[in-house]
Amino acid sequence: MGLLSATQTIARYRVEGSFSENPTEQVRKGLKKQIITDIDNEAQDMAVGWTSFEAPFTPDFDDATFQIGTHYVFGMRIDKKSIPTTVVKQQVAIASAKRLAESDREFLSKNEKSEIKEHVMNVLTIRIPPTPNVFDVVWQYEEQEVWLYSTQKAANEEFETLFNKSFSGIKLIRLFPYTQADLTLALSDTDRDRLSAITPEDFTE
Amino acid sequence: MLDIAVLYNKYKFLGHEFLTWLWFTLENDPESLKDEEGMPVLLSVGNRIVLEVIRDESTVESVTIKGDNADLTEGIVAIRKGALVTEISLSYKKGDLGWTFTLKGENFNITGLKTPETPPVESGDETEGAVIDKLFLSREVVDLTGTLFRSFVRQRISEDWKKETVPAIKRWLTS
Repeated sequence: MGLLSATQTIARYRVEGSFSENPTEQVRKGLKKQIITDIDNEAQDMAVGWTSFEAPFTPDFDDATFQIGTHYVFGMRIDKKSIPTTVVKQQVAIASAKRLAESDREFLSKNEKSEIKEHVMNVLTIRIPPTPNVFDVVWQYEEQEVWLYSTQKAANEEFETLFNKSFSGIKLIRLFPYTQADLTLALSDTDRDRLSAITPEDFTE
Repeated sequence: MLDIAVLYNKYKFLGHEFLTWLWFTLENDPESLKDEEGMPVLLSVGNRIVLEVIRDESTVESVTIKGDNADLTEGIVAIRKGALVTEISLSYKKGDLGWTFTLKGENFNITGLKTPETPPVESGDETEGAVIDKLFLSREVVDLTGTLFRSFVRQRISEDWKKETVPAIKRWLTS
């Protein structure tokens, strides 16, 4: 579904604002600021950050070029650790049985149960490798447009948050019918007023 | 500008009306669709149309028409009952080149976009060229939908909308 895939999926954004000087360096700075961090062997269950288009698993914005023509081409990577519930259940059961045997009791308190579950989740989160998902991004700087190659709601939300954290002074606006009409069709003030006053048409009468 | 989420919900119908108008125009007056240079657009309905009617806030009835050469009568009946096109697959031709894609009215998401074939990337050196080619080809569809949407918006906010377009659509629905 990405940029070079046979079938593509595109969500479009308008970029309002621009960098006063050297946009390439400013974009590089923003990408490096929020580059994806490795969560292998960490108790963190999710990471979201920028990555390189051509080397999404070894991101590098110093050497690797992210400028192609007048566009900036990079990726957003979401690394997520998913622990199967059956594995959690199994490990909790083993740890609970061990605790009972050690304390020579028949029952565990509610607090002990939740403490065991938390400990198991922590241990498993550290041990389990994250599953990476990469979404291509193209910033068409001159056109003031960014394309995200995903229409998944969660990916779009993560993307908007990450973009806003990375590039201060730049506003990202999702292009849906109303914003497309308002921001890209060069309507006059009168037409813009007419547009905002329209109400749904009824074709059934 | 109002809050983006407010605008999204308040004017959600705009994209649905656009796709409904587009289907009506493709069925009745396809020659009137022009690209940015004023040239006729070779666009046709693909193999899928989704129509929805919102009965109240929590009830959405939908009709999906699928398949090549599918009978679209059910879609017309649905519009007569208050539904609008919410998703449409389209096929676009320009010279010898062809594109297929699906456009969603609510958010203008483009899915299933197949551009004319580009050579496979066999080495890293070829990536840059491949990206430029692919972007150029994808841009065709984005610009096309933008141009068609502009035509629609111009009509939608003009007096002709109520006087000519709406009656013409109603005639089509009952013909």
